[in-house]
Amino acid sequence: MTTAFTKQKINNQSRVALCALMLLLLIRCIFAPSAAAAETALKDASLMPLWSPQAQFAGYYVALDKGIYARHGINLKILRAGPGYVPAQSLKEGTADFVLLWLTTALLHRSAGTELVNLAQVVQKSSMMLIAKKTSGIKTVKDMNGKKVGMWGGDLSIPPHALFAKHGITVKEVPLSHTVNLFLRGGIDVTSAMWYNEYHTILNSGVDLEELSVIQLNEQGMNYPEDGLYTLEKRLRADPALAEAFVAASMDGWRYAFDHPDEALDIVIKYMREAKVPANRTHQKWMLDRMRDLILTDNHQGKPGILKERDYEAVCNAMQADGLISGFPAYPAFTGRSNAGKK
Amino acid sequence: MPGKNSIAIKLVIVITLCSSLIFAATLGYNYYRSRAILEKELENNARNLAMSLVYRVETELAAVTKVTEGVARSLETGRYSEQELHDLIRTTVEKNPGLYGFGAGFEPYAFTAASRLYAPYYYRENGKISYSRLENSYRNVPYLFWDWYQIPRELGKLEWSEPYFEEGAGNIVMSSCSMPFYGESGGIRQLKGVVTANISLDSLTDIISSVKVLKTGYAALLSRNGMVLAHPLKESIMNETFFSIAEERKDPSLRELGKKMVRGESGFILYKSLVGIRSWMYYAPISSTGWTLAVVFPEVELLENVTRLSMTMAAMGFVGIALLAAALLFIASSITKPLRLLAAATHELAAGNFDLELPIVRSDDEVGVLANDFQTMKVSLKEYIRNLTETTAVKERIQSELKVATDIQASLLPRLFPPFPDRPEFDIYASMDPAKEVGGDFFDFFFIDDTNLCFLIADVSDKGVPAALYMMVVKTLLKSEGQRIGEPEQILLSVNSILAADNDSCMFATVFCAILDTVTGEIRFANAGHNPPLIIDAQGVRYLTLKSGFVLGPMPGTIYEAERIVLKPGETLFLYTDGVTEAKNREEELYGEPQLLTALQACATADLSEMNHYIRAEVTRYADGAPQSDDITMVAITFRGVERGEGKGNI
Repeated sequence: MTTAFTKQKINNQSRVALCALMLLLLIRCIFAPSAAAAETALKDASLMPLWSPQAQFAGYYVALDKGIYARHGINLKILRAGPGYVPAQSLKEGTADFVLLWLTTALLHRSAGTELVNLAQVVQKSSMMLIAKKTSGIKTVKDMNGKKVGMWGGDLSIPPHALFAKHGITVKEVPLSHTVNLFLRGGIDVTSAMWYNEYHTILNSGVDLEELSVIQLNEQGMNYPEDGLYTLEKRLRADPALAEAFVAASMDGWRYAFDHPDEALDIVIKYMREAKVPANRTHQKWMLDRMRDLILTDNHQGKPGILKERDYEAVCNAMQADGLISGFPAYPAFTGRSNAGKK
Repeated sequence: MPGKNSIAIKLVIVITLCSSLIFAATLGYNYYRSRAILEKELENNARNLAMSLVYRVETELAAVTKVTEGVARSLETGRYSEQELHDLIRTTVEKNPGLYGFGAGFEPYAFTAASRLYAPYYYRENGKISYSRLENSYRNVPYLFWDWYQIPRELGKLEWSEPYFEEGAGNIVMSSCSMPFYGESGGIRQLKGVVTANISLDSLTDIISSVKVLKTGYAALLSRNGMVLAHPLKESIMNETFFSIAEERKDPSLRELGKKMVRGESGFILYKSLVGIRSWMYYAPISSTGWTLAVVFPEVELLENVTRLSMTMAAMGFVGIALLAAALLFIASSITKPLRLLAAATHELAAGNFDLELPIVRSDDEVGVLANDFQTMKVSLKEYIRNLTETTAVKERIQSELKVATDIQASLLPRLFPPFPDRPEFDIYASMDPAKEVGGDFFDFFFIDDTNLCFLIADVSDKGVPAALYMMVVKTLLKSEGQRIGEPEQILLSVNSILAADNDSCMFATVFCAILDTVTGEIRFANAGHNPPLIIDAQGVRYLTLKSGFVLGPMPGTIYEAERIVLKPGETLFLYTDGVTEAKNREEELYGEPQLLTALQACATADLSEMNHYIRAEVTRYADGAPQSDDITMVAITFRGVERGEGKGNI
């Protein structure tokens, strides 16, 4: 089935694409000893994203849809996610082989004893924002003192907490669901927002940028890298080639998505419809464009997907200072390179 | 048919163009005004339609609002046991068929200290009323943090939620009307929870979607966030906001319009609708929810009747103008037809065909007058030309007669030179060039007896035919009298008396008459008013001095005196008429006697014929193209006399 699918796909590709594929396979044959095995039998693996399908995960859906995972020898399944699903939990319980986690979340779980490792740091910087209406008189972080601030639960609240602590202010925290209506209706003064998502939703609910005070956390010294690919250390040790192929295929998926944004949006929207999630192409386009900004920025040696040691240590130190974690592993251990001994 | 430059065609073109312009302007103005009136009317219609729809929606929403408020008030005022609460909620759902579900969510530990969260919820399912506990159905995010609970909680007032998809109910679009309720605790008003009524928006959106405006016009419903709730673009419902569509189409004006809508304004505008057609839209807020209702009238369809009317009018106008042009062409052609015929006729007339029948115009307008005058002109011209032809014929006849006369006159004068080849005693040469066909000059020479040669030159007064006739008489008389009498003065006397006897026309002639004795060279002569001849002898050339005498003809009894000279052999006598000395050049100056003398001196030794021709050539040269005004006649005689004289003497 999968082989037939692959073949059909190959037939559909142009000759150039076929040549590129041959070259890719050749390179893989030379550099990856396990590639020969991958060609004969696809390995089953699963990924749980952070949320239901949207362009935030375009790279993975595109890689799946375009058969890039299959080409890397993986029969990947993208698990359902969204409200009620906790990727770290699934990883720990073994229902997901790979998960997407924020660096902060991963560090918390690692500190709590889950032996997870960072395979790739996809989103290089924080895309979190705090947004207030100008009519509320809030212009700076300090202005938020004593105000009602919408905060997401769990690990997503770590960066804003760190920011408030840094400025020594106290806010009235109001838990946020996943709509921006509470903020739009004036139920809160400040809302948390992701640059690629809620920020745009607010704009497309008829509020102009000029009417808003927007504070980007990465401009406030709170640069917490977000989406990263994680697996359990023991899984990595059991099949390092699988993890490597998974990361390579995922990054190939992103590259393809950025090179073919319209096709990528079609794919993402297709998965959104399947998941019965409202799909707004304009919004997804915005999201994909922002993901490009967040992924293809400040890359280590120009290569996307690598957690920079400098960033890692900055986040660890900040979290330790806030008392969120008692300690943190060394960079090679966290990235699974100490014993894998590759790359 | 008239040609392209004809008056008829010009008339048709100008009038057709002018009437087309007037018609087009009228039509344009009519279209513009009708459109304006229609648009004004449309605004009222659109407002009425929108307001009636708003009213229907508001009515449905108001019922739900009322129920929600009622339950909230009951929970605030009454003390409800769990069973009573359940009965209240269940009854509320049962009694209000418009409700999909109704529930109450309590603040933590607000219902009972035993459990933190408590939220009973009754809803319709397959025609029955089902029951669920909301604190159990929301797995990850407790109901406390959902919009339906959180927003009214934070705002402290009734709120309609943004419409959302309810998966549990089969993915229908719902909206919740939620209201917080409070309780007293130690004199402090404290939030106890939020009641919520869920309604399906399907019935509302159906009402709106079923509205048909013109052919493709429609009504639409937008949420407070600009989310599309009802619209012909089905795929945008619950997926797109007005603003995301504006972003996709890169149309800032659409965004501005959306902002006006979500701000709760109402208005009437012409814009490019979401389905891409220029349309009029009236939008008005549904104040209870902050939603916006819009009715859209495609401009093309709105103006369809006006456009159709205008097109019909244009077609009628076109046909009308075509008919007008045809009628014009007919009338103009019939008016100008006589003119055209006249023009064609005069064209032939100009070519000289005067026998052509001119067209008959039976009208008394300008054309009639013109045709009449043309007829008169034609007749006059024809008459004139006939006269001219006759005159010319007469003239030609006279001309030919004159030609005969010329020939006759020429034949009367001696023409053969030498005239007496057997008489070597003298040479004689003469010539006459008449100024007209016939002349009044003549010369003659004849022998009276064996030795006496009479020669004469004469000039009759006047010129032409009368002169020629008179000359004939004079010449005949001179010859017959000359041969009879033989003495010059006698000859002149006799001829004069004959002429003067019956001279009513008062004509006269000058004559120089001489008789040469061919033996002795003696010349006896008499002069009747003629120019003095020249003599060429050993002393040269000179004018002969002689008595002038009186002209022949006017006066009877005139006496002429005889004179005589003797020519020595080789001497020449040169006679001429005043045609020589009075020849005129272009400046009207006379040739004159001195010039004649000089010319003769130049050819004194020449042969007589050459001398004659030389003088004639000189006179012609002097005239230099000026017309000859008088007959030019010359006679030259040279006495040789020797042999004959000796012979005679010897006899």
